[in-house]
Amino acid sequence: MRKSRLLYVPFWATYVFLYTPIVVLVVMSFNAGDSPYVYEGFSLEWYGTLAKNAAIREGLVNTLIVAVGSTVLATVLGTLLAVGLARHTRSRALDALGMLPAVLPDLVLGIGLLVFYATIKSTLGLHSVLLAHTVFGMAFVTAVVRTRLTHADTSLEEASRDLGATPFTTFVRITLPQLAPGILAGALLAFTLSIDEFVIAFFTAAPTTPTLPIVIYSMVRFGVTPEINALATLLLLVSFTAVIVTQRMTRLTESLS
Amino acid sequence: MLKITGVSRRFGDVTALSDVSLEIRQGEFFALLGPSGCGKTTLLRILAGFESPDEGTVTLDGDDLLGQAAHRRPVNLMFQSYALFPHMTVAKNVAYGLERERLGRAEVRGRVDEVLQKVGLETMAGRRPHQLSGGQRQRVALARAIVKRPRLLLLDEPLSALDKKVRAEMQLELKRLQNEVGITFVVVTHDQEEAMSLADRIAVFNAGGVEQVDAPVELYEHPRTPFVAGFVGANNIFEGRACSAGLAGEELGILPGDSGLPDGTPALLAVRPERIRLDGEDKGVLGGEVVDVSFYGGISHVSVQVSGRRQPVLVATQGATQVQTGSKVALGWAEGDGVLIPQ
Ligand SMILES: Nc1ncnc2c1ncn2[C@@H]1O[C@H](COP(=O)(O)OP(=O)(O)O)[C@@H](O)[C@H]1O
Ligand SMILES: [Mg+2]
Repeated sequence: MRKSRLLYVPFWATYVFLYTPIVVLVVMSFNAGDSPYVYEGFSLEWYGTLAKNAAIREGLVNTLIVAVGSTVLATVLGTLLAVGLARHTRSRALDALGMLPAVLPDLVLGIGLLVFYATIKSTLGLHSVLLAHTVFGMAFVTAVVRTRLTHADTSLEEASRDLGATPFTTFVRITLPQLAPGILAGALLAFTLSIDEFVIAFFTAAPTTPTLPIVIYSMVRFGVTPEINALATLLLLVSFTAVIVTQRMTRLTESLS
Repeated sequence: MLKITGVSRRFGDVTALSDVSLEIRQGEFFALLGPSGCGKTTLLRILAGFESPDEGTVTLDGDDLLGQAAHRRPVNLMFQSYALFPHMTVAKNVAYGLERERLGRAEVRGRVDEVLQKVGLETMAGRRPHQLSGGQRQRVALARAIVKRPRLLLLDEPLSALDKKVRAEMQLELKRLQNEVGITFVVVTHDQEEAMSLADRIAVFNAGGVEQVDAPVELYEHPRTPFVAGFVGANNIFEGRACSAGLAGEELGILPGDSGLPDGTPALLAVRPERIRLDGEDKGVLGGEVVDVSFYGGISHVSVQVSGRRQPVLVATQGATQVQTGSKVALGWAEGDGVLIPQ
């Protein structure tokens, strides 16, 4: 049967809808003029301005500290939680509770964390954002690793025990390598989510330590400049790289196991 | 050597094992034979330490086995799925168990090389499991288990994943290896021919219980329970009551058998197809008509419909047979070839 060309129209329309804003943004970041909306020719001028902006540099450093720190914590804790859930409980409720922060509205999580920090009289700063991001990052890591565990072959772990390995050695030598692709995917997810997270960071950061999204927000309040477009384009590049790296690495570790 | 006493295990309302007692001797090749779902794997897992029984005790050379953690038992299990570590090479897989014993590097390498040679995989040491054929994987799993020199090696359906030709090869190989390394083997199988050809003694399982433990020939010639008579090899089974000459069947009259049972006990008479003679028209204990002749090369199977019996009687003869479908024959067998089994 010949497929009607008409069927492709909604398909391509969807892609146009998805990517037009992004294309516009990228093109405008190379704009020679001052307006973020009217294209006046090619230039790298705005990337230069961006590099000189101290507020943005500071925000970027803060964001990277939070993203790296929370990713490490979330990956370790999320993996352990997933293994615990898969191997040592049969409770569905615990399973669901472990992954809930991933789907909870950011507002709820943000307000909740703020109230929590106030209750324990903690100061706000990078550490509070880092811990907040660990909370939802961990939920994502748990969800990804947990899925992989349900498909993993438990007889490998038993074989390891049978050959004389302690439970700890078995975990390190057999379970972890089996889970590596899942752990990696979870970690990259946590990292990319943390980098552009706004709502929770807004609630839990101190005014002196804004993360990059907060810095951008405060700049945009006075109108979008082509500088912002350049920044967004760079962030886009980071996201794309992360996605491609994840795909590559997953394929690599998969071919090993 | 290994003594299993009164072991039971239930999963919810499924009784996987009920009151199993067995004794396995040093250096023996022992087979657990039974249809699938009868609890064989569960018993192996109890011995290896991945499952614990609800009741019963297991001792190895007099020491309690059940109290020890799986990784401390001098027992190794070869998994039905082989469970090779996919992220390690063949050599690493085999070395894994030795490294856990904190042996020196040189000794580990020496023993790995030796065992790989023994199973004929020296050239495959650097490959990963997914680059091997089914038969080769099976050898790696075997090498990985015997390199530990366990006191007892448990094998769960070791040959079931292989195709027929490789299987026959591996049967010989298993026997040779067991001889060479002198380890006590307990092999689980649902294939009675495999159990017969491999094992020194066989325990026949049915529905979680042991039916009979005997050497293959004894098991074949003197089944003690109706289940064993039906499960181990082909058999013609007649129902009736024991009498001095054998079995008194309700419609078939007196059938010759080796009776040791009190007269009148309800019993079954089992006669192997290859022990029945096709004597011709008039002599013999049963008369019937040939309904089917199948030639298998070395032997032929002749099915004979006997009036008063629903299923045809199966007769096996050497080579090609002269009997034609539709001809009338008389069946007979020696008294010693009819085995009486109390019902
Ligand atoms: N972990 C388990 N949970 C529930 N039922 C089980 C479990 N393991 C085995 N069984 C049941 O116990 C019975 C015996 O199983 P198994 O020992 O695997 O039999 P076999 O190896 O002889 O085929 C089967 O009915 C099986 O469904
Ligand atoms: Mg089984």
